[in-house]
Amino acid sequence: MITAAQFWEWVIKSLIIILVLTGGFAYVTLYERKVLARIQARVGPNRAGPFGLLQPVADGIKLIFKEELTPAGADKLLFTLAPVITVIPALVVTAVIPWGESITLFGKTYTLYLTDVNVAILYIMAVTSISVYGIALAGWSSNNKYATLGGLRATAQMISYELALGLSFVGPILLTGSMSMLEIVRAQQGLWFVFLQPAGFVLFLAASLAEVNRAPFDMPEAEQELTAGYHAEYSGMKFALFFMAEYIKMIAVSMIGATLFLGGYLSPLAMLSNLPVIGWVFASGPHWLFLKVALWLFFMIWVRATLPRIRYDRLMQLGWKIMFPLGLVNVIVTAAVVVFAGG
Amino acid sequence: MDIGVLLVYGILGLTVIVSAIGLIVSRNALYSALFLVVNFIAVGLLYLALGAPFIAFAQVTVYAGSIMVLFIFVIMLLGAENLPLTEPLRGQRALGILLVLIFLAEIVLYYLLRTTPLQAIPIIPQTFASPAEIGMILFNRYLLPFEVTAFILLAATVGAILLSKHEGPTRPKPGIQKPETPVEG
Repeated sequence: MITAAQFWEWVIKSLIIILVLTGGFAYVTLYERKVLARIQARVGPNRAGPFGLLQPVADGIKLIFKEELTPAGADKLLFTLAPVITVIPALVVTAVIPWGESITLFGKTYTLYLTDVNVAILYIMAVTSISVYGIALAGWSSNNKYATLGGLRATAQMISYELALGLSFVGPILLTGSMSMLEIVRAQQGLWFVFLQPAGFVLFLAASLAEVNRAPFDMPEAEQELTAGYHAEYSGMKFALFFMAEYIKMIAVSMIGATLFLGGYLSPLAMLSNLPVIGWVFASGPHWLFLKVALWLFFMIWVRATLPRIRYDRLMQLGWKIMFPLGLVNVIVTAAVVVFAGG
Repeated sequence: MDIGVLLVYGILGLTVIVSAIGLIVSRNALYSALFLVVNFIAVGLLYLALGAPFIAFAQVTVYAGSIMVLFIFVIMLLGAENLPLTEPLRGQRALGILLVLIFLAEIVLYYLLRTTPLQAIPIIPQTFASPAEIGMILFNRYLLPFEVTAFILLAATVGAILLSKHEGPTRPKPGIQKPETPVEG
């Protein structure tokens, strides 16, 4: 039976997750522009507030006041629904990621995760597989050839890379013997899975870039060929929602990757946590997850600044002929080692 | 029964029924497919509410997330959104209504003519639907059906690849056929 206190705890935790993700979205855009600017030997946004820190606010206000257009001949209902369908999976996918063990506030102990289900990884798979619809429908409902092509490309790409992504999840599951994210993090107490599953880690890295449509796999919105791809006809807040979904998905895959392979909220310097005053910095907690996510995001931006876009047929070949078989081999080898080494 | 539980099942059941009717009634293939997606997700949530999270998420991933995406892909690619107003096979509708009536009559007759009183389903243990438990059952008791299904799916995949494979080069390879040089006269 659910008590009222439990119910409100869930509501507040969910609200915190959503607020952190939307706030994170705003500042990841600034982070990306700053890092890209530095890599290209520029300064980046620096006019709005100190160090350009108010730039996301300015961008937001601009987008709110922009005119929203609906093309003639568009399917009005789906055209309006598509951005919403894109954002919701991005917002809910991190619900199963633990932020830490527990915290004691006002004499009551709260767990630092919303829920610990024994099918957490399946939940992530289910939600990511649903997130294709928003993009596909946005492309189709715009009644625009470029947008439709962008939507179709996105669909094909995301289905292809979901296989490799799913197979890269299997390694940590086999090593832990559980699909619960909390168990997976606890199993990495001694050694992070990135050292036991290097192939799985590389697979996840590449497949997750393709799954969130980031460079070098940003095929659905290839500007030179498709104008802007599936969101070519969107403007104002509807466009902002697509933008938001893309950046929240970036944060989400970074969180999932950090949890599966980089020890999640665990601290690599936990032996220093007994130091006076500054000990808490080295203790495991949400700040370590935050740091790992920030580094992962930096890597994604770095890749975008460095690598050119892969051609579409090469992208499909990479997915089906290289990454999928590699994922299968990785699963078989890991399973054999776990069985014979008695893991 | 708890009012909250009743509300959850009521809303889910209503969603399932309305989306199923929408799927049949809609004259746009894309909307029909989307109604089916909603239906699959709502049924998945029902599984979840009944304490079977593994089946629930597998249902959403496989049916709503993969198979229906392919359906929508094909509909969008072929531009086959508008369904024909006339039935391609005549007499389907009448047969359908007849079968529904028989089915409803069956349920009513079962309720009226049953010999044992209706009773609540015995409560199953919490671990019954855990992934580990399902894996054990699948690979012990149902090993043969599981392997047979795997082979059927493999055969279908191989067949699909064979059917879509190009039968040799249809165009002459570049370099073999030289462009004709105009004969100077």
